[in-house]
Amino acid sequence: MKTLNRRAFGVDLGLALAAAILLPATSARADDMEIHIDNFVFQPAELKIKAGTTVTWTNRDDIPHTVVSAGKFRSKTLDTDDKFSFTFTNAGDYKYFCSLHPHMTGMIKVE
Amino acid sequence: MSGHDHGGDGVSRRKVLECMTWAGTGVLWTVTGGVPRSLGIIDSAQAATAAAPGMSFLQISDSHVGFDKPANPNALGTLEEAVGKINAMPAKPSFMIHTGDITHLSKAAEFDNAERIISQSKLDVHYVPGEHDFLDEEVKLYRERYGRGTKGQGWYSFDAGGVHFIGLVNVVDLKAGGLGNLGAEQLAWLQDDLRGKSKSTPIVLFAHIPLWTVYPEWGWGTEDGGRALEQVKGFGSVTVLNGHIHQVMQKVEGNVTFHTARSTAFPQPAPGAAASPGPMKVEDARLRGMLGVASINFKQNEQRLAIIDTPLQG
Repeated sequence: MKTLNRRAFGVDLGLALAAAILLPATSARADDMEIHIDNFVFQPAELKIKAGTTVTWTNRDDIPHTVVSAGKFRSKTLDTDDKFSFTFTNAGDYKYFCSLHPHMTGMIKVE
Repeated sequence: MSGHDHGGDGVSRRKVLECMTWAGTGVLWTVTGGVPRSLGIIDSAQAATAAAPGMSFLQISDSHVGFDKPANPNALGTLEEAVGKINAMPAKPSFMIHTGDITHLSKAAEFDNAERIISQSKLDVHYVPGEHDFLDEEVKLYRERYGRGTKGQGWYSFDAGGVHFIGLVNVVDLKAGGLGNLGAEQLAWLQDDLRGKSKSTPIVLFAHIPLWTVYPEWGWGTEDGGRALEQVKGFGSVTVLNGHIHQVMQKVEGNVTFHTARSTAFPQPAPGAAASPGPMKVEDARLRGMLGVASINFKQNEQRLAIIDTPLQG
């Protein structure tokens, strides 16, 4: 088993290196951001990002939530561990909330 | 709390607080001319019901069919236990109301399973939706099943046993940063519905989210609930029945009694007692003491509704 793991690791490493060399654009992915929903709270509640950034929300509660910004974006209902991603191409302030639990609010500031 | 009477000369603060800590499976409501009474667990309630003719109905809430997380891996099973409790009652209630969150994720199979179990009570059931019942993409599954003959997003009224029942919807079009929402259209309909009603007609308002402000930090209240309550102010007996918060709470203000029922699926923490209002995991031995149903009893010519919360166990 050990040799198999090592070989698998080697293949992954090789692919990763190849990707890094062949796809320099992937460096932009380092800017992509994560927001977690824990205990009915968006964390972080406010996020500053650059235009072009993709933000991914993950629901870590035992209760479904949504991510809704009026007229801008609207997730489906996110059950436990479901994710929703949105790429912000335009600068501006994006207020959003959970349409099921509207006391849950957040803000994305895009420069 | 068994046999405790909310009637008479009013309810002391301590008694109300006692009621708030008294959690159970369901609420048996006794309408006796105006204000509800909380009679305690089922045996004493039935004794009281037997003493005078009247009408009783059941409240069931927050069955969350499909929920399978640690707080209760089998929400369908505990719903079935609740229906078993109902079927075991010696006096058959006239009908049942369900104050929403029938399902957890508005899936067709969840609605079907809920129907399969709840129909075993062989009672007419009057539903109002919870936010968990409007989660399907087209928001049609609840309406197809329970929306017939309702107005707007699903509100309606009916009369039974001399009591006027009004089912309201406060889980639609919620505003960022806000609470539950009735909206102008529904409030206008309510005003119309109440027009011409005798002020001595006992009124029961029921909706999913509490119409009174329980704990706004967790969204436990209705933004424009006060506007609905203003419209029923002149009536001699008003009872407001809600769910959503998965625990029993009661308060009396003048002629208005507010009451929330237990869930049949999982308990939630007391306001502010935890980091969030999410499902509360308790020891297995304690779970069924925190789930339940309620029964409500109405007696002619008395000014009080009696409410009995019955846990699944204990």
